[in-house]
Amino acid sequence: MMNSNAPSSSSGAAASTDSSAPRRNSKRPKYSRFTQQELPACKPILTPRWVISAFMLVSIVFIPIGVASLFASRDVVEIVNRYETDCIPQPSRSDKVKYIQSSEDKTCNRTLRVPKHMKQPIYVYYQLDNFYQNHRRYVKSRSDEQLKNSNSESDTSSCKPEGTIANGSSIVPCGLIAWSLFNDTYSFSRNNQQLTVNKKGISWKSDREHKFGKDVYPKNFQNGAIRGGANLTTSIALSEQEDLIVWMRTAALPTFRKLYGKIEVDLQENEIIEVTLQNNYNTYSFNGKKKLVLSTTTWLGGKNDFLGIAYLTVGGLCFFLAMAFTIVYLVKPRRLGDPSYLSWNRNPGGH
Amino acid sequence: MARGRIRARIRRSHLYTFACIRTQDAELEEPHQFEGPGYSRIVYCNEPRRHEKKPLNYCTNYISTTKYNIITFLPKAIFEQFRRVANLYFLLAAILSLTDVAPFSALSMIAPLAFVVGLSMAKEALEDWRRFIQDMKVNMRKAKVQKGDGVFGHKPWMKLRVGDVVKVEKDQFFPADLLLLSSSYEDGICYVETMNLDGETNLKVKRALEVTLPLEDDMAFKDFSGKIKCEDPNPNLYTFVGNLEYDRQIYPLDLSQILLRDSKLRNTAYVYGVVIFTGPDSKVMQNATKSPSKRSRIEKQMDKIIYVLFSLLVLISLISSIGFAVKTEYQMPDWWYLQPYIDSKLYDPTRPALSGLFHLVTALILYGYLIPISLYVSIEVVKVLQAMFINQDIHMYDEETGTPAQARTSNLNEELGQVDTILSDKTGTLTCNQMDFLKCSIAGMAYGTRSSEVELAAARQMASELDVRDSISSNKNGTDASEIELETVVTCKDVKDQKSPIKGFSFEDSRLMHGNWVKEPNADVILLFFRILALCHTAIPEENEETGAFTYEAESPDEGAFLVAAREFGFEFCRRTQSSIFVRERHPSSEQPIEREYKILNLLDFTSKRKRMSVIIRGEDGQIFLLCKGADSIIFDRLAKNGRMFEEPTTKHLNDYGEAGLRTLALAYRKLEEAEYSAWNNDFLKAKTSIGGDREAMLERVSDLMERDLTLVGATAVEDKLQKGVPQCIDKLAQAGLKIWVLTGDKLETAINIGFACSLLRQGMKQICITTNTDTSAQDSNEAVKENVVMQITNASQMIKLEKDPHAAFALIIDGKTLTYALEDDLKHQFLNLAVGCSSVICCRVSPRQKALVTRLVKEGTGKTTLAIGDGANDVGMIQEADIGVGISGVEGMQVYKILSFLQAVMASDFAIAQFRFLERLLVVHGHWCYKRIAQMICYFFYKNIAFGLTLFYFEAFTGFSGQSVYDDWYMLLFNVILTSLPVISLGVFEQDVSSEICLQFPALYQQGPKNLFFDWSRIFGWMGNGLYSSLIIFFLNVIIFYDQSFRSGGQTADMSAVGTTMFTCIIWAVNCQIALTMSHFTWIQHLLVWGSVATWYLFLLLYGMMSPVYSGNAFRLLVEALAPAPIYWITTLLVTITCNLPYLAHLSFQRCFHPMDHHIIQEIKYYKKDVEDRHMWTRERSKARQETKIGFTARVDATIRQLRGRLTKKYSTLPPQVAMPPS
Repeated sequence: MMNSNAPSSSSGAAASTDSSAPRRNSKRPKYSRFTQQELPACKPILTPRWVISAFMLVSIVFIPIGVASLFASRDVVEIVNRYETDCIPQPSRSDKVKYIQSSEDKTCNRTLRVPKHMKQPIYVYYQLDNFYQNHRRYVKSRSDEQLKNSNSESDTSSCKPEGTIANGSSIVPCGLIAWSLFNDTYSFSRNNQQLTVNKKGISWKSDREHKFGKDVYPKNFQNGAIRGGANLTTSIALSEQEDLIVWMRTAALPTFRKLYGKIEVDLQENEIIEVTLQNNYNTYSFNGKKKLVLSTTTWLGGKNDFLGIAYLTVGGLCFFLAMAFTIVYLVKPRRLGDPSYLSWNRNPGGH
Repeated sequence: MARGRIRARIRRSHLYTFACIRTQDAELEEPHQFEGPGYSRIVYCNEPRRHEKKPLNYCTNYISTTKYNIITFLPKAIFEQFRRVANLYFLLAAILSLTDVAPFSALSMIAPLAFVVGLSMAKEALEDWRRFIQDMKVNMRKAKVQKGDGVFGHKPWMKLRVGDVVKVEKDQFFPADLLLLSSSYEDGICYVETMNLDGETNLKVKRALEVTLPLEDDMAFKDFSGKIKCEDPNPNLYTFVGNLEYDRQIYPLDLSQILLRDSKLRNTAYVYGVVIFTGPDSKVMQNATKSPSKRSRIEKQMDKIIYVLFSLLVLISLISSIGFAVKTEYQMPDWWYLQPYIDSKLYDPTRPALSGLFHLVTALILYGYLIPISLYVSIEVVKVLQAMFINQDIHMYDEETGTPAQARTSNLNEELGQVDTILSDKTGTLTCNQMDFLKCSIAGMAYGTRSSEVELAAARQMASELDVRDSISSNKNGTDASEIELETVVTCKDVKDQKSPIKGFSFEDSRLMHGNWVKEPNADVILLFFRILALCHTAIPEENEETGAFTYEAESPDEGAFLVAAREFGFEFCRRTQSSIFVRERHPSSEQPIEREYKILNLLDFTSKRKRMSVIIRGEDGQIFLLCKGADSIIFDRLAKNGRMFEEPTTKHLNDYGEAGLRTLALAYRKLEEAEYSAWNNDFLKAKTSIGGDREAMLERVSDLMERDLTLVGATAVEDKLQKGVPQCIDKLAQAGLKIWVLTGDKLETAINIGFACSLLRQGMKQICITTNTDTSAQDSNEAVKENVVMQITNASQMIKLEKDPHAAFALIIDGKTLTYALEDDLKHQFLNLAVGCSSVICCRVSPRQKALVTRLVKEGTGKTTLAIGDGANDVGMIQEADIGVGISGVEGMQVYKILSFLQAVMASDFAIAQFRFLERLLVVHGHWCYKRIAQMICYFFYKNIAFGLTLFYFEAFTGFSGQSVYDDWYMLLFNVILTSLPVISLGVFEQDVSSEICLQFPALYQQGPKNLFFDWSRIFGWMGNGLYSSLIIFFLNVIIFYDQSFRSGGQTADMSAVGTTMFTCIIWAVNCQIALTMSHFTWIQHLLVWGSVATWYLFLLLYGMMSPVYSGNAFRLLVEALAPAPIYWITTLLVTITCNLPYLAHLSFQRCFHPMDHHIIQEIKYYKKDVEDRHMWTRERSKARQETKIGFTARVDATIRQLRGRLTKKYSTLPPQVAMPPS
């Protein structure tokens, strides 16, 4: 595997290498394995054994993972309730936008049936659709500086067009993201018994502790010309406003779920959950769906059959390839290093 | 100095009959009337200061080849950098990144650009600095200049001014163009070597004007003054007009008084001269052309790929901006959360077309990752490192001269792996310009047992070949092999001989040495032979004062070799006076050598037209002899009837010598009667003193009368010593499928000899000589000559076409004069077709310009890569014209050139090697490696940037084409600069498909380069397709997996930074695993860089996450808190990485299984150590691993064996087997 000895070519080019002391040491290249490109090296080659073992190995690793993740995904119990149309009274459905922008009471009651036993914690999500939280204008419209430091209140240059109110004083938190904060609310009850939704700890700990200042309080928020989404209690520091913190982590795709809270009791199969929701958020302008999602998690997270299927597919493919190569090698073996495959032996030249 | 004075008594000019005749009527000539433009230069001798001021204001002798100076460097270098389209694009992008249009922060655009441009500029600066140092070495050389009052002192060259009087001593270079005033010889003659200017090795004679001869010592210049009027500086090396006003008289000047800068004073103790042209005005410098910047084939093809990618870039940008415009117009008004109507310059739904236009710019910048900014800089880094390996290669270091190989420009490394045709100079490149007396034939007997290098090489090859052949034919014809072997033994027996220490003499034969020749049957003829060697020449002896040994200063190295040979045989030429030659003859009978004097009555010197030289001598016994040496054909024509005694055996020997690549001359004599001589001498004197234009013709005619009725004595065979290893190297190169053309300024015969010596020619090869008859060309009109040439070319082409024998080989030999016609536009393609059909091509007597023209013809006509190799200034044109120029830097005794003459081959070349033989390693090892490395590297580069860049595009579709990227700016910045650049650099620097020994042992592997197997479009598109596939896998798997559900048990859903980071992790893994699959050679460096890059990514993520959220934004503590604890992050990475690499792995396995390439098989053989187990197979394959070739000694051995076999089979069928085989 190593080329330790100097190449002894027939050309005699190597003849002068190790000869007696050179006259002009200064110009003589210093011998080192590095400069002579003779460093010890491993030169793996893809022998049939390697190829088959590699494919087999992949399938052996992938199929169990696939099975495991499929099982994990099947363990997840998920309740999805789409409510954006149902929660608008029949007469207003012709002009949903007008309804949502009106100031009438938008309480809406939904019932959910628990299909299977759900172990706590049960996560409550709201899911929006066709909402471009990843739009460049939207993503950039925030000021991390301002969120963190009470001193940087005026740092709103990046927040346009929601940086300041008319009189020029800054909005805290500024920017489109904060401004469009989701403001539907849910409350759950089971057998007329209120189910508490724990809204603490739904955001990343680091966000609460380092990204959103403990001494930064909302200011001028939703005081602009147009009202966006939710309002914030000015007496609570941003680091405590977990809904905002969750919202501020913009989603990658136009369809996204965000954590609303946790229900910390088990739900039994076939139980009926009553949901009272305030349908405030305007997704009607852009025909966005709204869904309420209750879901348990496993080690893998939420319901995700795709991962398992993908693993099984790739694992299976590798198994197939391994088999195919095995058959090929058995049927039509090529002796490794067989010189008859060399180009000059295959189409003999002039000799 | 003292020695010079003694010699100065000889009036050397009397030696010459033809050359250098002082025209008696010179004074009668009208001095040139200097009027009009082009003839305005005035030089006041000895008044250098006068030329510094107006109106003359001539330049100094300072030369500069640098591109920049301190002030111009920045603007010029920056301009150069941004002439690259890609850089300009990045510059535009960087400028735009300062506006709102850009999707990234300005820093992430400007930093890499600054890095890339800065690095390239640093390289430029370094190279220019080296050039400056080189210039200064030349400029600081010292010359002896008169400092006033007849005192000469040293001054650096650059301080010389026009009008200075300089003194140049023996073997020094002329610092500027000088007017020769006087020399150490009484008649003002001096010898000049113009090798640097035109590559000719013969010395040229220059002579001073009669009037300036009295200026023969330092003091004479105290009050010297004169005025020279001459032509303006011009590049014409062969003309000069001017006149000298001296002592109120005007004398015309011509080229024979001009000593050109960079030529060398030889055989003359010193000369005095006046500086006429300095520095850039000198003729050499006027000839200098800016070396063209060359680009390799791969790089040109890469440009095309960049255009493809650029089109792709524009396409997806257009899609994206149209998408954006549509979204902005129809959907954005509904997106209240964007406040679409407020303060929205770039996203104005009321003007979607304008927004779309803005977005186009954004998109062009965003998808710029398709065109890798780091590609150029990575390639540059890789090439510099590759060049370093070439420089450091100990196998290309020449111990004798102490010169390592040098890659002077690094941007042609990979081109070395694609060479198709090599155009080589002869003198100094193939040969060392040293002649060794090797064999002779005297009185029909061949002497000299030592074999020429060609014979040795062929014998060695034959021996090894037979081993192999025996095994192949498995002795089906036992006798045949053994008989051939017998023959081999004969030629092989002196392989182990030690080289003789005497320079110019490698003769060995006890029959002649040590005085044994007296015992030979024809001792008197041998004696005569030795005397001819010792007397028939124009050399001067020089005694080494310490040892008392003589060295000879001869005009040509052959002559030197003869004198050395004569000395070794006991006839030591020791003194020359005006009219006599003294030879110390050592007869075996007497102990002490006797010094004999031979009176030189006449000397008829050598000209290329006469091809012979003669001396007429009178011995001590009063007998007059004409001794003559010359080309065999000439001599044989002039033999007397009774002088042809030895003609037949001598002819045979001459043929053998020719086949062995030796230079031959025939020697003859004629005994003259006193009366006969004096009659002739009268005629001769009359001719000599005649006035008029036909004097030369008359002299020739008279000489011709004398050189008749000769008696043949014998022939000499001199080995024009090839440089070490040249035949082997040519053989290997031929086996690697390279075509070799020799372009030489030397005469036809010499060129053919060398052709034989290098095995470019061999017996049995059909030689097509295309020449114009020199006698007729003078009278015939140009058209007639051309017609003749056309006819010869057509005939030859016909002949090749009609040839049926597959083993038939043709050699084309053409001379410079014919070449002028053949290179004309209407004929050149026909000529090229003929030349391509021939196995070897030799062009002789070609001018430097023709060399360049031929090179251009081959380059443009065949469209393949050409490599020109040469050592002299006459090769510069060719070296610059060829795709790759290689200069020979280490020719012994030419060390000075290296620092001195910047107009020589090395300075113009792209690579400099010390010896021709290193070319093999340079091409077959480094070229092969570099080609594959760069090809793989570029393919991979595009792959990785497509895989990365397209994910950005896909994501766009999910963001309403708004131009938001899913990755953090810093990830994108680091992707090309740090995270994926080092592994690809390590691929480009360290990858070896097979080791260097195997490259050398299997020259056929080299053909992978010229056939361009690794950088053809199918391969490039294959890699691009792989990139496309990877991008799809990476993006969609990630997007689907992280779709909407929570991605960890804590219930949190993935936000953009989590998705982006996971996706980026997948990319890092996928591309790094891909490169690991691509590599076949892992040293610790590759491991470190590949896996280190992956580790660096995690490390970066960690550190970035630890920075304040003000800087890290959403990546704050991302890895630690969100991703690392989530199994799905790791599982996704694994899934995506494996899935991305599966098709390539499958493809690779499939290819290896069904269509293995040569290097795959060899890798396997090595891997299983089959070469050790089955040595036999290994040797067999090695000998078969070559391209079909008809040149090189292997081909020659093949031909010989074929011939023998043919003869044997014929013999067995027609003759009884007991007949012995005739020796061949």
